[in-house]
Amino acid sequence: MSQTASQSNRLAQGGQVDRTQTLTFTFNGRSYTGHPGDTLASALLANGVDLVNRSFKYSRPRGIVAAGAEEPNAVVQLGATEATQVPNVRATQQALYDGLVACSTNGWPDAQRDIMRWVGKLGSPFMPPGFYYKTFMAPASMWMTYEKYIRKTAGLGRSPTQPDPDIYDHMHRHCDLLVVGAGPAGLSAALTAARAGARVLLADEQETMGGSLLDTRETLDDQPAAQWLKTTLAALAELDNVTLLPRTTAHGYHDHHFVTLHERRTEHLGDSAPSQAGHRQSRSRLHRVRAGQVVLATGAHERPLVYANNDVPGNLLAGAVSTYIRRYGVVPGQKLVLSTSNDHAYRAALDWQEAGREVAAIVDARSAPQGDLVAQAKAAGIRVITGSAVLEAKGTQRVSAARVAAIDVDAFTVTGKVETLECDTIASSGGYSPVIHLASHTGARPVWSDDIIGFVPSTVAGVTASGGARGVYPLGEVLADGVEAGTNAATALGFSAAVNDADLPRVASRHEGSACALFQIPHEKATLRAPKQFVDLQNDVTAAAIEVATLEGFESIEHVKRYTAMGFGTDQGKLGNINGMAVAARCLGQSIPETGTTVFRPNYTPVTFGAVVGRHCRELFDPERYTPMQSWHVARGAEFEDVGQWKRPWYYPQKRRAEGGERLETMHEAVARECRAVREGVGILDASTLGKIDIQGPDAREFLGRIYTNKWQKLAPGRVRYGLMCGDDGMVMDDGTTSCLAENHFLMTTTTGNAAPVLEWLELWHQTEWPELEVYFNSVTDHWATMTVTGPEARKLLTDLTDIDLDREAFKFMDWREGHVAGVPARVFRISFTGELAFEINVQAHYAMHVWEALFARGEAFDLTPYGTETMHVLRAEKGFIIVGQDTDGSVTPEDLGMHWAIGYDKPFPWVGKRALTRSDTRREGRKQLVGLKPKDASVVLEEGAQIVFEPNHAIPMPMVGHVTSSYYSPTLESGFALAVVKGGHQRMGESVYLPMVDGRVHEAEIVGTQFVDPKGERQHV
Amino acid sequence: MFHIYCPYCEELREEEEFHPKGEAHIARPEEPEACSDEEWGDYLFFRDNPRGIHHEMWLHAVGCRKFFNITRNTVSYEILETYKMGEQPTVGAEHLAREEKTASVQAAEGGQQTVGASDAALASVKGAQA
Amino acid sequence: MSNSVHVYDARADHATVTAESPLAYSFQRSGMPASGEASGEASGEKSRAVIGERAFLGHLILRGGAIVLDEALREVLGVGLPGRPNSLTVDADGQRSVQWLSPDEWLLIVPGDETFGLETRLRAHLGGAHVAIVDVSAGQTLIELSGEAAHEVLMKSTVYDVDPHAFTVGKGVTTLFAKTNVILRRPDASRWELIVRRSFADYVYRWLLDAGEEYGIGVARESRHEPQ
Repeated sequence: MSQTASQSNRLAQGGQVDRTQTLTFTFNGRSYTGHPGDTLASALLANGVDLVNRSFKYSRPRGIVAAGAEEPNAVVQLGATEATQVPNVRATQQALYDGLVACSTNGWPDAQRDIMRWVGKLGSPFMPPGFYYKTFMAPASMWMTYEKYIRKTAGLGRSPTQPDPDIYDHMHRHCDLLVVGAGPAGLSAALTAARAGARVLLADEQETMGGSLLDTRETLDDQPAAQWLKTTLAALAELDNVTLLPRTTAHGYHDHHFVTLHERRTEHLGDSAPSQAGHRQSRSRLHRVRAGQVVLATGAHERPLVYANNDVPGNLLAGAVSTYIRRYGVVPGQKLVLSTSNDHAYRAALDWQEAGREVAAIVDARSAPQGDLVAQAKAAGIRVITGSAVLEAKGTQRVSAARVAAIDVDAFTVTGKVETLECDTIASSGGYSPVIHLASHTGARPVWSDDIIGFVPSTVAGVTASGGARGVYPLGEVLADGVEAGTNAATALGFSAAVNDADLPRVASRHEGSACALFQIPHEKATLRAPKQFVDLQNDVTAAAIEVATLEGFESIEHVKRYTAMGFGTDQGKLGNINGMAVAARCLGQSIPETGTTVFRPNYTPVTFGAVVGRHCRELFDPERYTPMQSWHVARGAEFEDVGQWKRPWYYPQKRRAEGGERLETMHEAVARECRAVREGVGILDASTLGKIDIQGPDAREFLGRIYTNKWQKLAPGRVRYGLMCGDDGMVMDDGTTSCLAENHFLMTTTTGNAAPVLEWLELWHQTEWPELEVYFNSVTDHWATMTVTGPEARKLLTDLTDIDLDREAFKFMDWREGHVAGVPARVFRISFTGELAFEINVQAHYAMHVWEALFARGEAFDLTPYGTETMHVLRAEKGFIIVGQDTDGSVTPEDLGMHWAIGYDKPFPWVGKRALTRSDTRREGRKQLVGLKPKDASVVLEEGAQIVFEPNHAIPMPMVGHVTSSYYSPTLESGFALAVVKGGHQRMGESVYLPMVDGRVHEAEIVGTQFVDPKGERQHV
Repeated sequence: MFHIYCPYCEELREEEEFHPKGEAHIARPEEPEACSDEEWGDYLFFRDNPRGIHHEMWLHAVGCRKFFNITRNTVSYEILETYKMGEQPTVGAEHLAREEKTASVQAAEGGQQTVGASDAALASVKGAQA
Repeated sequence: MSNSVHVYDARADHATVTAESPLAYSFQRSGMPASGEASGEASGEKSRAVIGERAFLGHLILRGGAIVLDEALREVLGVGLPGRPNSLTVDADGQRSVQWLSPDEWLLIVPGDETFGLETRLRAHLGGAHVAIVDVSAGQTLIELSGEAAHEVLMKSTVYDVDPHAFTVGKGVTTLFAKTNVILRRPDASRWELIVRRSFADYVYRWLLDAGEEYGIGVARESRHEPQ
């Protein structure tokens, strides 16, 4: 790191920086100093740093151009450590803090020694649009190689490779009125509406609120504007219906006045968010604002003039020059030439001269400029050259002179002799473009105004542009316009706003002459041959590129933009779009409004991913749903499986003796052990995640009959039935058991993942189709904990724990009984998803752990084995029980599943799905049907999803006739087995099918029934 | 992000609380068995996608859990009205009447309506294991 | 009362059965940061947001027509149904409340040991009217949130407007909370109540601790984890 440079461009006084404190920062490895109140840009200019970046395409040296969000060049990579890297930060928007570290994003390895200069040379004098694609395409195979390096040098910034130490958050806000921008218009609008009683949110992107008031030469009530600003901000802060958000950019306007704001809470304090009173605070915050009305007081961006070499460091916007001098006490050069089309820019020359530096000349394109500022400049002895413009900047690393000549604006020609004025700074102003980005996000197309030579927002209900944002520029009018916007918004919101004109500060009236429409400056050479005249500095789009685009046939401005990349990316055309349209219009021989309009997309300026994500990350990324036995599962060392948002025990690996100590079982080993326990002894499953819906009402039974495919009329209290649910398209949608609790009272279970959708489905039919049915549905999923005790020993285990008569005659398969288990009131259901004797115990979730632990205490004698979802899958598949969503996919009917027994074709009501089951398509031959597959090689476990063919020697492409839906190894069968859907499978029992694998192997399997274990279903009845 | 007036909660709520449920006023034929395959297919699968006024059914899923209707301009996204199930729209109703007349299925009484096919997403919910 | 509905007291005897509240595991796993007020710790810092679980209350869902339910409730509980959508009525000693959830749905919260008796008396009073009463006491829990920054914690968490001027006392809504939903209500000026589903309670708890960190959020230890 080299020595600290002095702040050679810092004035001894003036501006709003605190010279009593010195901050040290590093840019491109060099150390500099600045002061509190500086932005990174003002501090760089104070230190005379001309070169801040290399350009995107031509790798040309670039310096700071602007002082705000519109800055195209000084886009830097910020961060002192790898973990705190932030790309795409505008140096003009980054407050300086002690220890700040930044570097150029463009220009690898650094902006001073850029290896890409050869590319610029190669492409010189002219790289047409599409240059990279056209040049590096040959050989095509090399594009990937070229691209890697081009991208690296393209300077889009880079993401950190280490975890971000900071936290971010979101805040949802609601207000009557959102005011974007705290300049004179925004402040008056906010104050007016707030005083009328509206809840007002005022957001401003800068470090300090005030907008143009921060550097204006004008006075309010004969005082410096800063005084009025201070009073007004204090008045706003006092109102408890006003929220002020400084350092907050409104970056996107979405539907119905929903606006997203990015608040940089600690970015001005350091590399990482400091903790506050020992608590972490978020680095930045995304505010999601729902407003009743929106006032866009976003001001205007000055338009640079497009002349040759207008990108050389030392070319600045006129307004930026004033801002740096007046706000930061920094003069970015020694000798100035100002090129302008309007009066307002004259203040740059006045400020420059007052700062004690030399103004070589003001070059005004108008033949007879008249206005107070013009007069002031002349009175100050500044040379004013009229009817002329800067044609070209000289110099490479820094402006060394300006070539000036008389021009004919309308004829687009140079009419006079060229005079070369020595200078190191050229300020230019081609007028102002209202900042209509947010207004444009609403979808409303901006409209061209000849009066202000710019686009203004078109009207959207509830959105009011005010002040500079709609082309109102004189300060007095801006303040009045803000009051009017605030009044109208408050009135629209139902507040009565009493406007008192006396509230408005007095602004000294100033005569301003009219501006001329000036965009691209003619050069002695034609545009295609002249030195580069930049339109979009960030994307390196020149006037010549736009001309080429029009010559190549692009006539729509939207196409020109896409072909040339004008206004792309993080820049969003803030400086260049209007000039680009003007160039296109000139080339096409039409007016700007005829050429089209310009729209902008969110986001206005880049928003970090951290802010977008907020606290929805890491362990709070998505809800994790737990059953009441979660702590037990964790303590038992369960591996978990995500089922929807639920965490379900997948299997419970146990320790095994192994060489040299112990090891954990593999999943295969654990599942085999768990399966054997259920088939031979007793196992237990936490089934609390099953959806449970309480159904009450005299029409409950009728409703079930309409929504399920099977019959419910005769299900008696105390009995349980399996039900199958279809959509009206006849496709299986869910299944589960429903118990008759009482004549008008049922308990429906759904699959875990479908609990909410099924409840919604029931409500849909009830609310929209059959509101006359008297029935109510309520979710009780979380209220009841469910534990399934299953296996031949299940009854013995439970006997001592319950007062329910478990006798096989008293408590039959598909019965439920009420009683106590471990002293806790319980409903016990004799239903089975394993094919074994099974009892599903439901208790209130508060007591789940009590009962679960009591079962294990008693279960020790029976080696009670907890099993997870994997074992559950194997056991159910061995029985041919389907899983909706795994063995079905939305194209499977009950008949395809071979479940004709669950279809009540003769039910009187045309139940949901019935009609579709007799459509020609659902009746056709050759539908895929669910079958069992037994691999010829018992050691093979077929891949789930594997495609099935009948003829393995068929030429590729082979006709595919189905696929495997579920496949496992069965410890009971000592063989792999699978469920699959196969065309016409029900008629093909015993036939062989083939499964060609990626690695070239072809598995053979036999089509069998779906019930691999206990096909007669005797074991569940024991 | 829409701001939607729930006619049951009687206030504006954020879009995130709602689920869109497709075109409104699709009546399930009263006698499905009397429909031809084509008519049944129309009821199940065919929906309008107009540029402009559209009547849609929505569900206040995170809220009162009631289904209701929205008349919305699909170009400007403006919500012109919301109304309860069983009610008729006041905006674009003439368009609706024309539609019902040309539809090959019969409207149920009382303006009741439904969606036909099961939510495709429903059946294929990943992890919908028992 | 007919036998058409299975009315069932599934509440266990808390003297002999160990009950676990929905947040019991969360307290154990994520800890319970002290609330400055309660602990008076050396740091002396006061929590600007304080949460606490009110466990084992009785939660009943009432479905049916407003008129019959209102009449029955007034008779049995002495409190009527709230008249407007998104509102809440609370009885004199603040122990029993009724909240509008939808045009035909209300949430009744009472001390846990009153739940079954209340359901039985309501059903007796309602006779043959078409209503549904569903006990969901173990399926959800009530989290209290108080402190000067309480509404800011909520602003970070819910899309609903929780400005105390907009969300007035007596209001209650079902809305989003982070990526789940909650019933959010304001029974009095000093506190908010969140009613969360049991399986989501841990997520909500961790979210609250995280969102409340900058306000020094604490967990009130006087929360009743024991049945009343």
